[in-house]
This record gives sequence, C-alpha cells and structure tokens, in this order.
Amino acid sequence: MSELKSWREVPIAGVCWKLSTEFKTGDWRTFRPVIDQEKCVKCLTCWIYCPDGAVEWNGERVDINYEYCKGCGICANECPVKAIKMVLE
Amino acid sequence: MATEQRVMALNGDEAVAWAVKQCNVDFVAAYPITPQTLIVERFSEFVANGEVKTEFVAVESEHSALSACIGAAAVGARAFTATAANGLALMWEIVYIASSLRLPIVMAIVNRALSGPICIHCDHGDSMGCRDAGWIQIYCEDSQEVYDTIIQAFRIGEHPKVQLPVMVMLDGFVLSHTLQNVSLLPDEVVRQFVGYRKPVEIEVPYLGKVPMILDPDNPLTFGPLDLYDYYFEHKMQQHEAMKNARPVIKQVNEEYYKISGRKYGDGFIDCYGVEDADVATIVLGSTAGTVRSVVKKLREKGYKVGVVRLRTFRPFPAEEIIEALKHVKVIGVLDRSGPFGGFGAPVFLETRAAFYDQADRPIIVNYVYGLGGRDMHPGLIKQVYDDLLKILETRRVERIVKFIGVRE
Repeated sequence: MSELKSWREVPIAGVCWKLSTEFKTGDWRTFRPVIDQEKCVKCLTCWIYCPDGAVEWNGERVDINYEYCKGCGICANECPVKAIKMVLE
Repeated sequence: MATEQRVMALNGDEAVAWAVKQCNVDFVAAYPITPQTLIVERFSEFVANGEVKTEFVAVESEHSALSACIGAAAVGARAFTATAANGLALMWEIVYIASSLRLPIVMAIVNRALSGPICIHCDHGDSMGCRDAGWIQIYCEDSQEVYDTIIQAFRIGEHPKVQLPVMVMLDGFVLSHTLQNVSLLPDEVVRQFVGYRKPVEIEVPYLGKVPMILDPDNPLTFGPLDLYDYYFEHKMQQHEAMKNARPVIKQVNEEYYKISGRKYGDGFIDCYGVEDADVATIVLGSTAGTVRSVVKKLREKGYKVGVVRLRTFRPFPAEEIIEALKHVKVIGVLDRSGPFGGFGAPVFLETRAAFYDQADRPIIVNYVYGLGGRDMHPGLIKQVYDDLLKILETRRVERIVKFIGVRE
C-alpha cells in the first residue's frame, strides 16, 4: 500500500481519489460463473442483472470479467437457458 | 441601511416556511410530525400555488426524508427538511451520514420531548441527543429569529470552508404554534443574500479539479467503505470544518444585520445585564425572553444579575462565554433536557468544562427545567435567581444539579 496521507491531503467527505475500477474485487470469489457459449442465446439477462457490471457484451458474445466478478451467482440463477454454471475456484 | 420590510403575523413554523420559500431551495423532502407539520403544510401550499420552483417529495418516513435530501444535495441541489422528536430519532443514522458526506442541508427541528411516555410538547432532548452528530446547531428565541436564522443557515453551511449541515431549533408550540409579528425581507433581497448553492471543488488524480457532486461525466465515489486507515482522518476534517464555522457564523450574523437591521449578539451568545453581574444564567431558546424579564425586574431592585442566551450550541462558543462571564461569581445553567446518569445536563457540562482552566473560576450549577413542555414561568425563574444569590452569599452549594418545576 502506498504511503498513508494526512487528513489535510485527502478529499473531504470520504470521496475516493481513485476510480472504483482500480479496486480489483475478483479475488473475493469462491465460485466462478462459466458461460457455455453453445447454449447462450445472447439475451443479455445476465448483463442486466450483474450488480457489479462484470458481464461484458462485445456485440457478438457475452463474457465475464473475472477481475471484478465476485461470484455472487445471480447471472447463473437468472439465465433463462441455464447457460451459466458456477464452478468452484 | 436596512431594507423596507413587510410585517406578517406568523407562527414559528410559518416563519420557517416563508424563509425557505425565499431561499432558492431546489429540493424539500419531509414527513409530518407534530409540532413540525405546519412547516411542510405551508411550504407544500407554496409549491402547489407555483410560488416556488422547488422539487417537493412527500416521503414515507423521516429516514427517507433525510436520505432523499442527501441524494439531492449530493447532485448539487440546495436541500431542506424539517422534523421533531421521534421523527429525528427515526432519521438517526442518516443524520450522521449527512454531516460526514459534508452536505450543507438545512433542517428545522421543532423541539419536542421524545417518547415515552408520548408527549408532543417542548423540551430539547431531541436535538441535544444528536449534539455530537457533526451538525451546526442554532437555537432560536422567537419566530423572527427563526425566519432570520433559516436564511443565515444556508450561508453558513454552504460556506466553502464549512460544508456542514445546519439544524435550526425552535421550541415546539411556544414558538411553532404562537403568532408573532415577523418582519419579512423582500424576496429579491433574500435571494441575493443566499444566492444559489455553489458546490465546492475537489481534486482527484484521475479527473483533476471537479465540482464535488455526483455527475456521470465526472464520476466520483461517495460513501465508500472507510476503515481504520482513513476514517479517523475524515473525522478530523469534520472537526476542522466546525472550527472554520466559528468566524463564518459571526460574519453571516453581521452581514445579515446590514440587510435586515437585526442581529443576534455575536451570532453565538446574546447577553443581557451581564457587564456588572455577580450572578448570571445561561439559557437556550424561547425561555430566554422570560428570563430576561425577570432579570430586568431584579436589576431594578438593585440585584447585580444577568443572563446569557446561548444561540449557537455547535460549535460551542466556550471562549465567548468565558469572556462574557469572566467576572461573574455564580453561574446557573438552565437545561431543557434530562441528565439521566450523567454529572449534569449538556449545556451545564460544556459550560463547566469550559471554565475549568480559569484561575478564578465561578461556581457553576445546573437547573433542569421544562421537560415535556412543563411551563417555566417567571416565578420559577425568580426561584433560580434567589437560589443563585443565596449561593453567592453563603458560597455553599447544596446540590449541583437541581430540577425546577417538578413536583416533589
């Protein structure tokens, strides 16, 4: 961790001086969602439901960003065609 | 020179509503509770009549009222709410969040006893309970001061070096439901005095200097987890902001005098008869007027007595009180909230602690009065001064904390 700042240096109100994307939260995960691309119908239900914005859609396929996915499993639960499996890390 | 003003017969609640109406307030969210209800009732009429452009949200609880104000203030709006007693208690966790997020929300508190047993009448137990929540606290004596202080509160809280929420207190029923002639400044004079809220700038490495508001184009993270490595630093900043509020409260009191012809002592304390006094009391809120009338009569009889009306309780004006009362020999602190299990009630504790370092410190005793709206009539105040004069004469204190007006 970088050197700790004094109260005179940090922004007031507890506002972060780093972007939230700098905090990689993927290592919190116990189960990883794995998408079966054969089954996926690209409905993007998982993309809508992901509370962390860790589901990515590039216009052709859906992928999970494992740097941020915390493994909550909501995507797997909501997937209408059961294309997402939660696999123990 | 002061501007020409319009005199209206208003009660304290209406005085709040009229002040808010003139202050370019962007957002109001509130939930009704006696004796605060009239504030929001009147204000919602102004909204319905198109007299203000304020976004008014009728929420389902006080917890939501202050939460909604936080959301509005975080996007840069000027936000106002009002509550009392149990409503304030329901807001509790959000009260601390508003001050730690440094959002200059203004909230009128119509002082009312907390349940139970359930009671709708005045005491200061509600606002005293959150005296350490990081809000500026100003207690008003009459409805004119209520009107004036609401206007001042936006200027104080929104000052770039302060950025703290402000509670403006008025005594339930005694002020909230009692008609008084209140002089109102013209709309444009108040609007010019308060201006529009200008959010402070904040510097973050990934954006540079940006306004400290929630804005998708300049994304900032508000309210993140803050543990033992930085929480303490953020509390220090709040402490510093309270210190910064001291000169601002005085300055705004003076500036307001220039447009209105009215000021309240130095913004912190308002003294009467203390210059040559041997004995003095310290009192908050509407009781001060009654105390002053008793002091006047006693002084006419030759007694050297005085009274300090404490207007700003947070930040606490220790230096100002010591300076005003340094020659006084016996001080009686009147508290309208209970000291359950404590050494004394809040104003007494602060006052006594403030005087501790004085070489020639006075005797300081506590009188708890008026709980649940119990009347503090001139006869009871006379009893307090008789007691203080007896202490002056004998130099003996029977009890440090006394309860005035309760049946033995």
